[in-house]
Amino acid sequence: MPEWLKLMVESLPSLLYAGLVFTVPLTLLSFACGLSLGFVTALVRLYGPKPLADGFRFYVWLIRGTPLLVQLFLIFYGLPKAGIVFDPLPAAVIGFSLNVGAYTSEVIRAALLAVPRGQWEAAYSIGLTWAQAMRRTILPQASRVAVPPLANTFISLIKDTSLAAVLTVPEIFQAAQRIASVTYEPLILYTETALIYLVFSSVLSAGQQKLEARFGQHLHQAQETK
Amino acid sequence: MIQLHNIDKHFGNQHVLKDVSLQVPPGQVTALIGPSGSGKSTLLRCINLLETPSAGQITLGDASLQFGHGHAQPGRQDIHRLRLQTGMVFQNFQLFPHRTALENVMEGLLVVKKWPRSQAEARARELLQQVGMAHKADAWPGTLSGGQQQRVAIARALAQSPGLLLCDEPTSALDPELASEVVAVLRQLAANKMTMLIATHDLRLAATLADTVVFLEDGRIVEQGSSRQLFLQPQNPRTASYVSTLTEGLPEDW
Repeated sequence: MPEWLKLMVESLPSLLYAGLVFTVPLTLLSFACGLSLGFVTALVRLYGPKPLADGFRFYVWLIRGTPLLVQLFLIFYGLPKAGIVFDPLPAAVIGFSLNVGAYTSEVIRAALLAVPRGQWEAAYSIGLTWAQAMRRTILPQASRVAVPPLANTFISLIKDTSLAAVLTVPEIFQAAQRIASVTYEPLILYTETALIYLVFSSVLSAGQQKLEARFGQHLHQAQETK
Repeated sequence: MIQLHNIDKHFGNQHVLKDVSLQVPPGQVTALIGPSGSGKSTLLRCINLLETPSAGQITLGDASLQFGHGHAQPGRQDIHRLRLQTGMVFQNFQLFPHRTALENVMEGLLVVKKWPRSQAEARARELLQQVGMAHKADAWPGTLSGGQQQRVAIARALAQSPGLLLCDEPTSALDPELASEVVAVLRQLAANKMTMLIATHDLRLAATLADTVVFLEDGRIVEQGSSRQLFLQPQNPRTASYVSTLTEGLPEDW
């Protein structure tokens, strides 16, 4: 076995461990929180009272207009000066969730608006309430529109979690840095790290396609018969 | 009893319905005719409260609501109660594209009436049978022709046994052949004494299907009467000129 391959194989368990114990949970948790936040933000901005909607618009503006790395530094290194102290992992989850929330809120807002007004009216006309129409008529149709751009955000997030390394979260990238600093083989280690991220995002892309197929069931059949 | 009293509707500073009073005789078909922008659709949409009238009173069976100054905004319960007395058929069908034909018809029964699935399904199949769509129960709306979609939409509107069926230009998005299969369904409903209020541009449909015809222009009822009377002996010159497109038929030198 060549030396470089040996090093890759030897470091794989540490990197995978860091991935499965930190990167994956960090990604899933941040995405779940962020998506919920994005959904609430979209709903308030579309249907909420104006002052509240403006507040959420300010939040989206603020997060989208500032670098993620700066936000993470502010939360983890800045806020303690104001007496607010977070452990590394919660700080990362908060930072990523706020980010995902801001970006997905726009995706969700657009997807909700993409459903024709007539669908609301049809739902109302058979006696559905606003909440029932939203859940049963609008959301399923909006989801189909939202899945591809949401998957984009999700894949970005997996890669962005590498920024948590600077908050001392021992995720994949930090593990790679640690090994590289003792083996002096950055080329090999970071190549391997990149490959692991590639595998993770590929698996998720496959998941996205499944999801898209599910929400677009009626369209696929429509196309086949034409 | 289905009664509209002095209905007014403003959109901003546009006055779309002006003091419209109308009684829809039960078991009969009433057609609303009139030029584009005359307020036909708005009037229909006011009846099931997709639009809230600016003033006036709506009575459907034992539910009655008043609008305008001195009257509180109608509550959700009131709107819901009134809405369930009506079924609505839209110009563009508006079937739920992510649900099959059968599921479209079942939706209200499951969600609003909270019927058990088997019972809702039986009722939905029976309705699809009635509109000649039983063989397409499991089809997605996107795979159906316009006429087929509209027939499913009629079945959906009838699912909760409304006392009044509102049809907003039910055939306008269809070519003549597809329209005729929808008209056949409407005709059969009329024969079964379904109370219907149909807004339409199709004067032939109004003449042959409706018992009463109401001519609306610029938000006002200009004239109403039996179909025969309104088309053959219109009293108002405006009505006469509007219905002449139908009664004059083809030009003599054709």
